[in-house]
Amino acid sequence: MSKVRVLVGTRKGAFVLTSDGKRKRWDVSGPRFAGWEIYHVKGSPADPNRIYVSQSSGWFGQIIQRSDDGGKSWHQPGTPPGEPTTTPEGMPKGESNKFVYDTSPETGKPLTTHQWYDGTPHPWEFKRVWHLEPSLKDPETVYAGVEDAALFRTTDGGKTWHELAGLRGHGTGASWAPGAGGMCLHTILLDPRDPNRIFIAISAAGAFRTDDAGKTWRPINRGLHSLYIPNPTAEVGHCVHRIAMHRSRPGVLFMQKHWDVMRSDDAGESWREISGNLPTDFGFPIEVHGHEPDTIYVVPIKSDSEHFPPDGKLRVYRSRTGGNEWEPLTKGLPQSDCYVNVLRDATAVDSLDKCGVYFGTTGGQVYASADAGNSWAPIVRDLPAVLSVEVQTLP
Amino acid sequence: MIRVVLPAHLRKLAHVDGEVKLGVEAPITQRSVLDALEARYPMLRGTIRDHVTQKRRAFVRFFACRKDLSHEPPDAPLPDAVASGAEAFMIVGAIAGG
Repeated sequence: MSKVRVLVGTRKGAFVLTSDGKRKRWDVSGPRFAGWEIYHVKGSPADPNRIYVSQSSGWFGQIIQRSDDGGKSWHQPGTPPGEPTTTPEGMPKGESNKFVYDTSPETGKPLTTHQWYDGTPHPWEFKRVWHLEPSLKDPETVYAGVEDAALFRTTDGGKTWHELAGLRGHGTGASWAPGAGGMCLHTILLDPRDPNRIFIAISAAGAFRTDDAGKTWRPINRGLHSLYIPNPTAEVGHCVHRIAMHRSRPGVLFMQKHWDVMRSDDAGESWREISGNLPTDFGFPIEVHGHEPDTIYVVPIKSDSEHFPPDGKLRVYRSRTGGNEWEPLTKGLPQSDCYVNVLRDATAVDSLDKCGVYFGTTGGQVYASADAGNSWAPIVRDLPAVLSVEVQTLP
Repeated sequence: MIRVVLPAHLRKLAHVDGEVKLGVEAPITQRSVLDALEARYPMLRGTIRDHVTQKRRAFVRFFACRKDLSHEPPDAPLPDAVASGAEAFMIVGAIAGG
C-alpha cells in the first residue's frame, strides 16, 4: 500500500510526518536540527530516499543537510563523519554551505549591487537558502534559490554550489529591491517536458524564465499590475509570492502575487487575473491538484498589513475551473478566532488517487485533507511556526 | 594542546561532546586555532568565519581568560594561558533574540 511522507520545515527544526495511503493516522518524528530555522526540506523525484534540507541560523549561517536513506540519517554533503577531511587533490572539504556570487569575467557579469529599501545601491550579500529544488532526473543535481536573490546549482549532491549568474546579470538586476521578507528567490519550477526551461520567482523583482538551462534569462511579468511600484506595469519590481504548475501542462502557470491571483497560458509570456470571487486576493501559497490541472488552491489572507485570514476563519479556496470561480473549503478548519498565516512554501499535494492536500501555519499546525480539500484534519497542532511543507508519495 | 569550547549547535554539527583539543603550531592566534579547528572539522567551515572574507560572523564571539577577544586582530597572539592549554579558547553564540 502506498504511503506518504510529509516534510515540514519550521522556525526551530524539521519534522517528518508519515502515514499510509488512508492518511488518517500519522507518525510524527522530530525535531531534527533542533533550534535551527529550516526553510525547506525536499526529496528528489528521482530517488525519494535522497532528501535535502536548508538549515540556517542568525549565529552560524547556512548549512545544507542531506539524507540518503529517507531521513533516517543525515550529513553535511562532503563531510560525513569518519571520512578524510580533504579531497585526494588536497582541497579542503566542507564547502556544502559555500554560496559565493559569481563575479568572474567569463560567466558572472560584474554585477555588484541591487537596490536597497531607500533606493540606494546595496551590495549583494548571501543570507540563506529559501528553496531547494532537486532535479527531476538526477538525485545529485539540485537548484537553490537564495537571499539575496540568486540561483545556485549543485551537480555533486550538494558538496559544491555554483551560481547561474545569467539571472542576476541579465540586465535588470541592479534595480531589484527587497520586499519586507527580504530579497529572496523562493520559487523554482523545472519544466518536465523541456529540461532547458526553468521558471523562477523573486520577491520583489518578479518572475523570470530561462530556455537554455540557466545561461540566459528574461523577465516574464507582462500583465502583472502592482500599485505599490511607481510604474504598475513595469518589467520588474513585482512582488510575486509563488508560482505553481501541473506537470502534465507546464505551459500553464498559476501565480499568487502580493495582491492578485494570476494565470498564464503561454509559459509566462502574458498573465491575466483570475482572482474572481475570492474574499481577498492577497496571500502567499498557490498549489495545483495532483491530477486535475485546472483545480487550484489558495489561502486568502486579509491584507499586506494584516497577515491573517479574513474574519478569523481559516479557509482554503479551491477553483475547479482554473481560476475566477472559487469555493471556500472549511470543513475541519477553525472558523472563528483564527489568526495564523500560511507561508509561500507551506502547501503541498500528494499524487495518490484521491489527492491529498497539506498546509502548515505560522501557529504550528499542519493540516491534511485526504479528499482534495473537501475535509481537513490537523496532523499536528503545536509545532514551531511552519515555514515549508512538502510531501513525498511512496510505494 | 589548545583547548577549544564550541557552542552546542556547533558541537552537534561536528559530532563532538565537550571540549575539542587541537595540536596547533605556533604562533597561537585566532587564525591558527580556527584554521586547525576547520581542518579537523570541515563541517564547521562558514559557521564561525565567512567562507571568503574569513571574518568572524557577527553573532559569534571569542572569549578566553575572562576577556572578550572578538575584536582582536586575527593574527594577534592569544594569551599564554590559551597557548599552554591552561585555559580554553571559547567560541560563543552572542546573546540575541530568537
